[in-house]
Amino acid sequence: MTAFVFDAESEQKIAAILPRYPAGKQASAVIPLLYVVQKQMGRATGSTWVPREAMDAVAERLGMAPIRVYEVATFYLMFNTTPVGRFHLQICGTTPCWLRGSDEVLRACRDAGGLKGYGDTSADGHFTLTEVECLGACVNAPILCVDEDFYEDLDYARTVALIESLKRGERPAHGSTIGRQTSAPEGGPMVLTGAET
Amino acid sequence: MALSDKDRIFTNLYGQESWTLPAARARGDWDGTAGLIQQGRDWLVQQVKDSGLRGRGGAGFPTGLKWSFMPKVSDGRPSYLVVNADESEPGTCKDRDIIRHDPHKLIEGCLIAGAAMGAVAGYIYIRGEYANEAIILESAVAEAYAAGLLGKNAAGSGHDYDLYVHRGAGAYICGEETALIESLEGKKGMPRLKPPFPAAVGLYGCPTTVNNVETIAVVPTILRRGAAWFAGFGRPKNQGTKIFCISGHVNKPCNVEAEMSIPLRELIDTYAGGVRGGWDNLLAVIPGGSSTPMIPKSVCDDVLMDFDALRDHKTGLGTAGVIVMDKSTDLIRAIARLSQFYKHESCGQCTPCREGMGWVKRVMDRMVEGRAEVAEIDVLEQVTRQIEGHTICALADGGVWPVQGLIRHFRPMMEARIAAYKGRSMPLAAE
Repeated sequence: MTAFVFDAESEQKIAAILPRYPAGKQASAVIPLLYVVQKQMGRATGSTWVPREAMDAVAERLGMAPIRVYEVATFYLMFNTTPVGRFHLQICGTTPCWLRGSDEVLRACRDAGGLKGYGDTSADGHFTLTEVECLGACVNAPILCVDEDFYEDLDYARTVALIESLKRGERPAHGSTIGRQTSAPEGGPMVLTGAET
Repeated sequence: MALSDKDRIFTNLYGQESWTLPAARARGDWDGTAGLIQQGRDWLVQQVKDSGLRGRGGAGFPTGLKWSFMPKVSDGRPSYLVVNADESEPGTCKDRDIIRHDPHKLIEGCLIAGAAMGAVAGYIYIRGEYANEAIILESAVAEAYAAGLLGKNAAGSGHDYDLYVHRGAGAYICGEETALIESLEGKKGMPRLKPPFPAAVGLYGCPTTVNNVETIAVVPTILRRGAAWFAGFGRPKNQGTKIFCISGHVNKPCNVEAEMSIPLRELIDTYAGGVRGGWDNLLAVIPGGSSTPMIPKSVCDDVLMDFDALRDHKTGLGTAGVIVMDKSTDLIRAIARLSQFYKHESCGQCTPCREGMGWVKRVMDRMVEGRAEVAEIDVLEQVTRQIEGHTICALADGGVWPVQGLIRHFRPMMEARIAAYKGRSMPLAAE
């Protein structure tokens, strides 16, 4: 790959990001700029990842030594330093999700996505499967995060259905897959119902 | 007596209504903010002290006291408020609801807390995975700027205050306050040695206070309704209301705001539809997020959910992420998965954590199978004691406490697993 160039949409985002930090502290923008890169790669290539050339471009823009950017890009899990499939399937396998059946979500991703297991990208390039640590939506476990969207309250059948829709080019609304109102109990809130006088 | 809706702070916890500014104002946010701030720094800090508010991020440090450590007079350096929205403790998802459904409570709290500690600006560090939540939060901050509630003479208070949202990128360690500051400065999230504490040398070398989202978001309501109102809930030194996250083997997992010191059983039965299969089907509960040691059913029967009651049982309230496990649970595997989590999330800076978390995980994986000697349970316990307290930050402590809790309460289960493995692998004697 040749040198990475920020496109117009990225430049617009960068212009909004940099003023958040005090003069001389622009290194603070390294994580936001790596996100800008990853989004641009997604737009340009269909794969949200951060090539080394782009890390160099971020370093140059922020006046940092390239190694400081490499360190950050490899320390934080959300930056993909190798290409991923069109959809990045991230299963939370931490205990609260495991207790609610994350193994079934994994089985569904394997079966419907044509994936061998964690770390695999499907032959058609549609899906990359990653196990992630707690996503912070434990009362809606188990969770599958597709790119940046949480699909919650999953089981085997609903996970398969989700993956089939992604294959058809549909993007179902994220959130609970059983119609729960966010983190309220299934069947509707027991408090804040307006019933109390 | 159960908390009534009129005493709930987060009245839009489930997002029944819009998060936007007009709806937030209708719920009472941004009401008389300038008047509160104009009461002055000392009054604000004293009110928070009087309310008994303790940090909601896990450690439970008294909030007013923490604020009082900030310099009264600047030596030329600006002061900062940093809000820890890096909610990553397994079992915890309360800050997510505040951010996506009640962001103006947090933003107003940031302005007031900033005024109380003389901060010129605030940064909200939100975990990277909360991408959709960050979009809402940024929109809410933009609304507040457009309405004159942030920026020059914020909310007409005479106080200039800027507020920014900063996304992390997937690192549990950044929930540790000095790692968070490092990350915000554009570095790897590796905790700093203390002292100096952030109140002396924090973000960009300037005085900084790091507070949890829930801690900051309850402040405006405490000030409007009075310290005594908030202090009226819960037991002494454990006051207030609290968002609990009830996950795992309950009939209806949910988040709910309840009063502090509520009995665990009442919390689960009243709000989460009870334990799957009934209370007698309960095996154990992790009461305050993954770092807090589990307690067996016998303790769960009557324990109160507050800092001191749980400490008496060698565990803690932590983040109030209640993970319920019924009798179908392989507890050894449940804890081994947490060991994997801490191994994955160790920043690698301190040897006891970097090497120890991996070692503990490998031994726990063998314990799941039973492929171990009974004496190794003691070795495991001993090694956790060598790790605990010997690192810069508390990640390693939180990593070994769940293992200690397992051994403390369920050692016979581990021994039985080992015996079963030996029985399977022992060659049968010829008859």
